[in-house]
Amino acid sequence: MNIIVCIKQVPETTDVRINPETNTLIRDGVKSIINPFDMYAIEEAVRLKERFGGTVTVITMGPPQAESALREAISMGADEAILISDKAFAGGDTWATANTLSHAIQKIAKEKGSFDIILCGKQASDGDTAQVGPGIAAFLDLPQVTYVKKIEEIKNQKARVERMTEEGFDILETPLPCLFTVVKEINEPRLPSLKGMMRAKSAKIITWTAKDIGVDAQQVGLAGSRTTVVKIFHPPQRSGGQKLVGEPAEVVDKLVELLKSDIV
Amino acid sequence: MSIQIINEKCTGCTLCVKACPFGAISIINKKAVIDLGKCNLCGACVPVCKFKAILLERPLQQPQAKDFSQYKGVWVFAEQKKGKVQPVVYELLGKARQLAEKLNTYVGAVLIGHNVEIEAQSLICTGADTVYLVEAPQLANFLDQPYANVLIKLIHKYKPEIVLAGATFIGRSLVSRVAVKVDCGLTADCTGLDIDPEKKILLQTRPAFGGNIMATIISPNYRPQMATVRHKVFPQPELDKRRKGKIIKENFPLEDLSSQTTLLDVVEEVENLVNLAEADIIVSGGRGLQKPENFKLLHELAEVLGGAVGASRAAVDAGWISYSHQVGQTGRTVAPKIYIACGISGQIQHLVGMQSSKIIVAINKDPDAPIFKVATYGIVGDLFEIVPLLTKKFRQVLKK
Repeated sequence: MNIIVCIKQVPETTDVRINPETNTLIRDGVKSIINPFDMYAIEEAVRLKERFGGTVTVITMGPPQAESALREAISMGADEAILISDKAFAGGDTWATANTLSHAIQKIAKEKGSFDIILCGKQASDGDTAQVGPGIAAFLDLPQVTYVKKIEEIKNQKARVERMTEEGFDILETPLPCLFTVVKEINEPRLPSLKGMMRAKSAKIITWTAKDIGVDAQQVGLAGSRTTVVKIFHPPQRSGGQKLVGEPAEVVDKLVELLKSDIV
Repeated sequence: MSIQIINEKCTGCTLCVKACPFGAISIINKKAVIDLGKCNLCGACVPVCKFKAILLERPLQQPQAKDFSQYKGVWVFAEQKKGKVQPVVYELLGKARQLAEKLNTYVGAVLIGHNVEIEAQSLICTGADTVYLVEAPQLANFLDQPYANVLIKLIHKYKPEIVLAGATFIGRSLVSRVAVKVDCGLTADCTGLDIDPEKKILLQTRPAFGGNIMATIISPNYRPQMATVRHKVFPQPELDKRRKGKIIKENFPLEDLSSQTTLLDVVEEVENLVNLAEADIIVSGGRGLQKPENFKLLHELAEVLGGAVGASRAAVDAGWISYSHQVGQTGRTVAPKIYIACGISGQIQHLVGMQSSKIIVAINKDPDAPIFKVATYGIVGDLFEIVPLLTKKFRQVLKK
């Protein structure tokens, strides 16, 4: 079982607090972390390796600093890590990113002979688009199952998985190779072991440029993007409203009166 | 692409430091310094600088002399489940009508399924001029490949200039695949859609970086221009029973309808009967509930109000309620008419998932809880006292 995991390094935002005086975000010392959803993808890959054998290759497209994300993935049990890094990749939208990653995956497939599963987090916590995973599947012409909450069984190059829906979940069977994007429910990511951390420290991280993966530099990064950001602005801050004060029964009466017309 | 601080203009005021979503700017020797390793060139710092000291240069996009005159129409993917068109589709049709009027074109709805023709009329009554109807037993339930094949071929055949889909599990999965296959841009989770009056292109506005900044995005050199939109972002249009439209039935060869992936079963979880994304009222609980049994109080209130029960990450991580109820950055994003937050402190990761609710009610013991910053109505008090009283009072008022 050869598994490729696509990850992204993002700014850590979940623990950001609001400064009550200025009502701004406190961002002192914002760290870079592995996109939280990708942690589940790494964990699932390592679990599949433990169940079925094989290798886990983690890839990321990003600046040179993204290497630390790859080392963290190795500390969790990934075997190999490839940094896909080139000035040409900067400013890419989801189309350009999916194009870049799919070229890198094709190169891995060529070198290794094949792969069985591509795992991605359901979306990145900074962009929130959930578009890159299915985009890669489209570029590679692979079947895809998004929002996977369980990989139940893999037998005879077929996987049975559960896909989250608004109402519950679907059970699907898909041939491999296939691309899965995974949700939080799928597992509980492990903490790196001491041995893993030692391995991560000394692991060799391979870097591939646009030329290495054989992608047209005009079709990646900002130049290859199908979308363009034309304006960035701060959303209007939602201001706090009315505080209701008094005895519990009193405030409840007030609230019911205020909300009544909106409930039909 | 490059960014730089003009040192002569910079006063070291730190406004840009606060605005940077990546923590890439620091003040060194009273001047702003950008760490280019962390900087994403997003430009959030540029408008906040009062001294115009930040210079962001983007390469000018070469206007490509492409002729898009044959691309016409604003399309909506009419997502259906069990033969029923999903509410977000009608919201999109309302928006599509406005866009189509500005472009002087028609609104199309793509309805894919099995025995779904009965739904075509309601699409017309809410704004569609043309319904492209594709029916086959293989299309009864959503599967990525056949649905993508159908939508791709329809786009190639009819050349719409805009395609919209709901940012649902199905919509996001489907159009992400389709956009790559038709070689087009796609913008996720738009909260605003408009037409540039001069260039006649689609202006797509969406939150980014956990809702901390908004970005307006265009895709001028590719057609169709594609976007997804979450539930409840746009209002549902009035049903106009007199509206007329046409239904075009399309047939596809078997090879387009086949799927490598097969659907074995559809499981609906009983506790999740009320769909969070579509609920008009959500009663949500956090750490303040103290133990799983106490969610009963919220369920009672939600039942009286005809709403759904949500939860903060803290409550879900504690194992008090299942993940399908989680609201926030790592859970669902919701925008109900009324959101009642009980015992939720209001961490930013929760706020980004619910702050577009029309009315937010916060009930919390801690008067300094950040949730009060966004609450329309705040009650500082004990939720174990307030919530049961609320349930009782609403039951009286609503005569349930």
